[in-house]
Amino acid sequence: MTRQQAGPVTGPGPDSTARHARGASARRRAAYPYAMYLPAAVVYLVIFLIPTGMAFYFALTRWTLFDSTFVGLDNFRDFLAEQNLRIGFQNTLFYAVVTSGLKVVLGLLLGVLLTSKLRLRGFLRSVVFFPVLVSTVAVGITFSMLLAPDTGLVDKALALVGVSGPDWLGGASTALLSVALVDVWKGVGLATVIYIAGILSIPQDYYQAVAVDGGTAWHRFRHVTLPLSWPATYSVIILSFIGGLRSFDLIWTMTRGGPGFTSDTIASIIYKQYQAGFFGLSTAGNVLLFLMVTVIMVPLTYLLGKRQVTT
Amino acid sequence: MRAVKRFGGEAVALVLAAVIFLIPFALMLLTAVKNQVQAIDLDFAWPTEWRVVQNFTEVIQARDYVLLRAYVNSIIVTVASVAIIVVFAAMAGFVLQRRAGKLGALANFLVLSGLIIPPAVVPTIWLLQGIGLFKTLSGLILVEVAFGLPYAVLLFRAFIAAIPRELDEAAMIDGCSGLRLFFKVIFPLLRPVTITVILTASVAVFNDFVNPLYFLPGDGNATVQVTLYNFQSQYNTQWNLLFMDIVLITIPPLLAFVFFNRKIVAGLTAGSIKG
Amino acid sequence: MKTSHRALGTALAILTTATLASCGSGSEPAATGGTVTLSFMTGSDQATVATTKALADGFMKANPTIKITIETQPGGSEGDNIVKTRLATGEMTDVFWYNSGSLLQALNPAQTMVDLSNDPVLANVQTDYLPVVTNAGKVYGVPAASAAGGGILYNRKVYDQLGLSVPKTWADFMANNEKIKAAGITPVIATYKDTWTSQLMVLGDFFNVQAAVPDFAQQYTAGKARFASTPAALEGFQHLADVQAKGYLNKGFGSTTLDQGLKMLVEGKGAQYPMLTVLLPPLLAANPQAATDIGFFGIPGDGAANGATIWEPNAIYIAKTTKHLAEAKKFLAFVASTAGTDAVSAAVQPTGPYRVKGAKLPDNAIQAAKDVQTYIDAGTISPALEFLSAIKGPSLEQITVAVGSGITKPADGAAQYDQDVQKQAKQLGLPGW
Repeated sequence: MTRQQAGPVTGPGPDSTARHARGASARRRAAYPYAMYLPAAVVYLVIFLIPTGMAFYFALTRWTLFDSTFVGLDNFRDFLAEQNLRIGFQNTLFYAVVTSGLKVVLGLLLGVLLTSKLRLRGFLRSVVFFPVLVSTVAVGITFSMLLAPDTGLVDKALALVGVSGPDWLGGASTALLSVALVDVWKGVGLATVIYIAGILSIPQDYYQAVAVDGGTAWHRFRHVTLPLSWPATYSVIILSFIGGLRSFDLIWTMTRGGPGFTSDTIASIIYKQYQAGFFGLSTAGNVLLFLMVTVIMVPLTYLLGKRQVTT
Repeated sequence: MRAVKRFGGEAVALVLAAVIFLIPFALMLLTAVKNQVQAIDLDFAWPTEWRVVQNFTEVIQARDYVLLRAYVNSIIVTVASVAIIVVFAAMAGFVLQRRAGKLGALANFLVLSGLIIPPAVVPTIWLLQGIGLFKTLSGLILVEVAFGLPYAVLLFRAFIAAIPRELDEAAMIDGCSGLRLFFKVIFPLLRPVTITVILTASVAVFNDFVNPLYFLPGDGNATVQVTLYNFQSQYNTQWNLLFMDIVLITIPPLLAFVFFNRKIVAGLTAGSIKG
Repeated sequence: MKTSHRALGTALAILTTATLASCGSGSEPAATGGTVTLSFMTGSDQATVATTKALADGFMKANPTIKITIETQPGGSEGDNIVKTRLATGEMTDVFWYNSGSLLQALNPAQTMVDLSNDPVLANVQTDYLPVVTNAGKVYGVPAASAAGGGILYNRKVYDQLGLSVPKTWADFMANNEKIKAAGITPVIATYKDTWTSQLMVLGDFFNVQAAVPDFAQQYTAGKARFASTPAALEGFQHLADVQAKGYLNKGFGSTTLDQGLKMLVEGKGAQYPMLTVLLPPLLAANPQAATDIGFFGIPGDGAANGATIWEPNAIYIAKTTKHLAEAKKFLAFVASTAGTDAVSAAVQPTGPYRVKGAKLPDNAIQAAKDVQTYIDAGTISPALEFLSAIKGPSLEQITVAVGSGITKPADGAAQYDQDVQKQAKQLGLPGW
């Protein structure tokens, strides 16, 4: 019973945060010195921010790597006039929503399952994490084999139940969805690991409190696991949504944005321009993608962050 | 009755896991031991010829044992960059979560930018050349650290939010603040998320092939993912050797994961806050 | 307190080790005891690596004081960017292997490569090869391998069995396809999983375009001729759509890979494959019969002229940053000599004639190479468009997949490609666009 009382006090409570937010700022300055940013900030500034700043200038130029000619906003205009930009935009949103949604849901379920008292827990954790270790190229080729029309295992399995499977990656209507599902297969292990950490960070006292109240497993999940693994949910949503918006590597290995342009995303369009040697144009595309992702992500992080404080 | 139900549930989970996660793996293994002609079919057919040893030695010996050198390089880069990422990101995430304000808002924005903006290759090379670190392992390590930091900071910040501030206050009363507060009180409590960061960052660095390709060119400097190009090209691809290579560079990290799994689980649990 | 020290200590130790480790690896291979080391970057595909090794070994045998170290890099557009990046940042190897023709123009040779114009290195290079390694009037490279034909590879056994003869016109070709299909064999192999392979029907048709519109390349480079508005140029797109519409392609062509396509051709499951002859030599080890079974013919057109489109060999160039210019030139002179081509022939079957004076196809050359030679001897060839013009739109392979799969109409595809070309010309800063 004493434990039960101890729980809420050490738990992440909104009241405590609010209470101390107005605390002595001098003491806070000493407790949380900005100097602790320094090591990360130096590396980040030198290796990432400075080159990125330089690159943004090149977005305003026609850039061959060897020389650059200032062209103003021409690149931005050309990028927006790209023939398949509209399809790419729709595909990007579709891909990001499908992959991040499934990763959150499946990651949470697997996280709960793999922190339960399952006997095969250790084995299953390795199995679920295994796809994360495999390189994108290998995943791409392997699933191209499995999804091959008629001869692939998926279509063979469908044939057993009397369904004639499509050419998953070669067909215009199924290509993007197929790649998105493979992306989930590959990435769900990471989401699961994050959820496992989140669930294990929940103090046991909360569960005991619910158990004393005679709660069911669902009750436990709904009122303890789900709300208190919020840091994990927050991280998984942010990371996988941004990942989805920017994703091109798996698309590139599996369909090259095809057939034709039907599974192109903004990032794969940019990548193609980079591959073609249009460095200024692709940088301009990156700037636009950055703006687009920021416009989506800033309100989203704000909303999610607000949720975090009021947990 | 409950035991039966439970056993049934576990059996279903096992079968599902096997189907969804192990079939692709089986396909990779099968292709890796076929001969070159049969491997082209890219299907589930049983190998007509088991070339386990031949394919294995061919891959190891390719380009003067480049795979072995690549292993050494990859391990150095992964261990060093992940260690740096963990320490730097944990500290930054801590201050970022605890101390809001203008600098915090800027840092938040920069973290988000780092997740969104793809790295600019050529200016980064100019910069590394400028500080004399281009074509060096330390240069590549710094690159991996810089590109890996935002992800790690985000994770640390989110999980530090769940650590009650009362702990800080208590420590401050004991005269502990800044670095000491963090490493003595907070960091030990972050073990679950630290392990997660170690896992995710190691995978990202170990599986990275774009950055080594540009920032550490040359056969002597190869990292494991770059060796895949030895068997795959625009023209003919040697599928059996490609998959043998894939298997060879995937299995060691997998074994490491399986081997440390217990420790990882123990570490995850040990970090949970006791009431 | 324990944790903090240990954690910081580990990080520091690792940082120090990393810094130390880097000292050893960054140094350049230097000249030691009279020997000079030339670094040589080459492509990573099998045939290129084998050719490179043959050239390096042959050269080192003749010049024991010079050592050549080979470095490989991925091919395709990934490789293009690596080459550009290394040239632009001054980190290129002494000599390097790269495409000739339009891709060379994007490397800014005047700034990055050693000018070989009028140099004795070029003494043995056939003069009609020089334009494809020339930029702004200066010559930069020597041919590294043999030329190749780009058109239809066909299985001669299937042709014999069905009593077919090599088609001279597109109508003949389609008539053949009908008979092959009736015999239960795939008439035309398409492998759109490897998107670049879809371009052959368009690019390999250039002989016919040039026969109909002799100044197309010039007009096209100047921005005056377009694919969509030039009937002869539109034909390639039309052909691509026709073979699909008539059901002549293999099943699942959208998911078939290049290697699978070649296998189908060699095994006789498919009769014809629009492809380059360079793909054949790596097949020979496992399928020796490909040397005699697989022949080549140019993509037939609608006009009276019948000929073939030729891909010029890649070249070897010297980076301006080299510190061993004399040795590098010596090596290039070896590459562009019969001693060099003999060394290559001993390792890799040529896929067409060499571009070196006095070099001949070996007697045991593969059938496809002999077929290419026949077209050259008859004078009925044209280089592919990418060797005559700096402009090649980067999205062609996606467009040809779309047209070849029936997603896009040929005329629309050609129009899309014209836009793509326009974008590239603008990015190159060409006049007239």
